[in-house]
Amino acid sequence: MAKICTLAEAIGDNVRDGDTLAMEGFTHLIPYAAGHEIIRQGRKDLFLVRMTPDLIYDQLIGVGAARGMKFSWGGNPGVGSLHRFRDAVENQWPRPLEIEEHSHAAMANAYEAGAANLPFAVLRGYIGADLAKVNPNIRSVTCPFTGEVLAAVPAIRPDVSIIHAQRADRQGNVLIEGISGVQKEAVLAATRSIVTVEEIVDELNPPSPNAVVLPRWAISAVVHVPGGAFPSYAHGYYPRSNAFYIAWDKIARDRDSFTAWIRENVLAGKPEDFARHAVRRAANAA
Amino acid sequence: MAQDFTPTEMMTIAAARALSNDDVCFVGIGAPSAACNVARLTHAPDITLIYESGTIGTKPDVLPLSIGDGELSDTALFTVSVPEMFRYWLQGGRITTGFLGGAQIDRFANLNTTVVGPYDAPKVRLPGGGGAPEISSNCGQIFITMALTNRGFVDHLDFITSMGHGEGGDHRARLGMKTRGPTRVITDLCIFEPDPVTKELTVVSIHRGVTRGQIEENCGWPVRFAKEIVETPIPTATELSVLRDINARTKRAHEAA
Repeated sequence: MAKICTLAEAIGDNVRDGDTLAMEGFTHLIPYAAGHEIIRQGRKDLFLVRMTPDLIYDQLIGVGAARGMKFSWGGNPGVGSLHRFRDAVENQWPRPLEIEEHSHAAMANAYEAGAANLPFAVLRGYIGADLAKVNPNIRSVTCPFTGEVLAAVPAIRPDVSIIHAQRADRQGNVLIEGISGVQKEAVLAATRSIVTVEEIVDELNPPSPNAVVLPRWAISAVVHVPGGAFPSYAHGYYPRSNAFYIAWDKIARDRDSFTAWIRENVLAGKPEDFARHAVRRAANAA
Repeated sequence: MAQDFTPTEMMTIAAARALSNDDVCFVGIGAPSAACNVARLTHAPDITLIYESGTIGTKPDVLPLSIGDGELSDTALFTVSVPEMFRYWLQGGRITTGFLGGAQIDRFANLNTTVVGPYDAPKVRLPGGGGAPEISSNCGQIFITMALTNRGFVDHLDFITSMGHGEGGDHRARLGMKTRGPTRVITDLCIFEPDPVTKELTVVSIHRGVTRGQIEENCGWPVRFAKEIVETPIPTATELSVLRDINARTKRAHEAA
């Protein structure tokens, strides 16, 4: 049952050293504020899972919080490299990073298999692709009906999944709108889950009976963090800060400038700092 | 009337012309996205553009920086979850055309966006495949657009992220693929198409003002030229103004705070 609490409490109660952690949001609704809180609480040896590691995992990798990562596309979208990720893989800085690399289709199927409580996912995938040669978790299964050989990957079952959403009601039921990615699957595949939201409201008022709703009894914690997806975005609240994604390239390219940025913006920061992004951006969008 | 245009503009416009009104197109970010939207804003107004974030039938006014910008969802006919995108729409065989870019390509149109050097100790770690491995095998056909350079068009790929024609010939069919694979590679100097039998990329069209020597200098393998080669028609005034307008709108939007 969802506990409505502070971000510090939610991370403290649900994220443990060594956990397999999925923080999802496909470009949209990426839970940045939660990522910063994990860094502030000094979690370590995490095995990170995320289709597109994006800046949020570049930050966790750069501070040395991760022992490994399962992913399918590790770039800064439209900009270039994730420099902290590259530094970890190419130079083992600040520590070696074990990687398990998949395609998007395989990751999406693997989350769905996790949510469905199945041990593995099956897809028509990886045909002629070299990833199958370097990732022992890409195997095959023969269809018992047709004999077709299909790709098989293990289900994703995180210890904890964290997502950001537009709003929750006072009981902790959560509504997601816009690009919904694999957030529903990530939460339902996990043992524990945290949802940060832009707003907590009296009535959820889903815009349609088919809106994506996660009920309070499928979630461990709900936290009110307005602006918590910045520099990603929250559909209906504030747009993506493409300017920040472009600026990140320079910040993260250099170890010292990255470390200084983390010190000033994360270690010396607090969840409430994110609210200014929501307010300012909403005003601009209006 | 002839106008001045850059090689990149020629590439984007030649790529846009490859698409038709009836296409249902899975769009890669960057150069493919520009080409697909120029097609939509010129000769193919009813084309269906799909981005892997789950946005279907999207009509962005500015080019997205990422594959999941809000602009895509705001202007889409509908938006689905990422598992639904890859399972029902892509694997389900509903996409006629996939439009990809890449860091490196070989003469059989295999793409590498994963690593330069050994996988376990890479010289350069690239972003990886994302949707490409299954886009490549599940779309009816694949168009590829990237600038022709020695760094990009290489004799040997260190890693095959997504298979084009593999080792050439009937390699795709031997692996059980029923789709056509790459049918056209549009660069800033020329257009390649695979040889009907060997599947080796062959120059079929050369952009105005480009020599065979320039193509050979910028390609990492000995280039094959088709028996009959045409000159790529230069961009029309309309194509150029549509492309320049969308690029200007995009630049303004991305630089805004």
